[in-house]
Amino acid sequence: MSAVRLYVWQRLTALLMVPLIVVHLIVIIYATNRGLSAADILDRTRGSVAWGLFYALFVAAASIHGAIGVRGVAREWLGLRDTALDRLMWIFGVVLVVLGLRAVYAVVAT
Amino acid sequence: MSTTAEAMIDVRVWRGGEEGEYQAFSVPRRDSQTVLDIVTWIQRHADPTLAYRFACRVGVCGSCAMTVNGRPRWTCRTHVSKVIEDGRLEIGPLANLPVIRDLAADMTPFFDKWQKAEGTFVPSRTRHEPLETISPDSAERQAADAAIECINCGVCYAACDTVRWSPEYFGPAALNRAWTLVNDVRDTGNLKRLAAAASSGGCHNCHSHQSCEQLCPKGLNPTASIAGLKRRTMQAYIRGEIS
Repeated sequence: MSAVRLYVWQRLTALLMVPLIVVHLIVIIYATNRGLSAADILDRTRGSVAWGLFYALFVAAASIHGAIGVRGVAREWLGLRDTALDRLMWIFGVVLVVLGLRAVYAVVAT
Repeated sequence: MSTTAEAMIDVRVWRGGEEGEYQAFSVPRRDSQTVLDIVTWIQRHADPTLAYRFACRVGVCGSCAMTVNGRPRWTCRTHVSKVIEDGRLEIGPLANLPVIRDLAADMTPFFDKWQKAEGTFVPSRTRHEPLETISPDSAERQAADAAIECINCGVCYAACDTVRWSPEYFGPAALNRAWTLVNDVRDTGNLKRLAAAASSGGCHNCHSHQSCEQLCPKGLNPTASIAGLKRRTMQAYIRGEIS
């Protein structure tokens, strides 16, 4: 994949994640300050389409952003060629998406 | 020039090619002495087989760059007093380039990358047409002028961590050259140039460590030029001009 395409996708997903991270941090602080238990949190998230979409989007953005980043690190540290790098990036990205969506499903599924 | 015969400097100089070792010399300390003076003294008075490269001696030609106490410098304009550490100098060939012998690095990969980065002017007019009038005050010309005084010394290339990690990377000087041409309104080679800048050896490798900017003897800022290329390649990609 071309360097400029990777660059644009990584920057766009970074931009997208800025507000998502802010909301995510607020949620963490809120849950901690209120002393919410796991059961309290699941009560709020189960069946919530909004939280499901929010975190699914977060997973997608983080997976794309992280996979491109890992590709860059592997290029400099392991000296892999473009084909191998692209393969590594896709595998890493798909693994992140599967793990992330599985976690989202676990907190929103009723 | 006053001379203090007793004052000596411990100088260690790289001898050999890729494999080799540092050789110690004791060189008389003089006022206003440059690192190139030191190397020249060694060749003339201690070991005539020492290989090194220089031409103008006044900071114009860019041929005398070497690694001095771990950092790349133009040796003809680097005063010993500015770089000496504990009375010692260690002088080696430029990093990130093959070594021919002793202090002479092989600049071939450096200039090959200028070609790969499309650092060649592509004129919009022939010699039979009148010269185009360019206003020095125009934004494009000022952007080109800010990066144009490069003397091809290779200091930025030797200073660049990313070049060390990614041998494919064009490096700061080649991309800085490309940026001057991107801003040159007389040039017509931008599409090919931006495609080169967006290729796997291009501007997106840069981590913005800014060693090039810190060590450039001409005070240029190749990191800013590379950031400019990142912007322009992104615009070209979004417009569908490059893929």
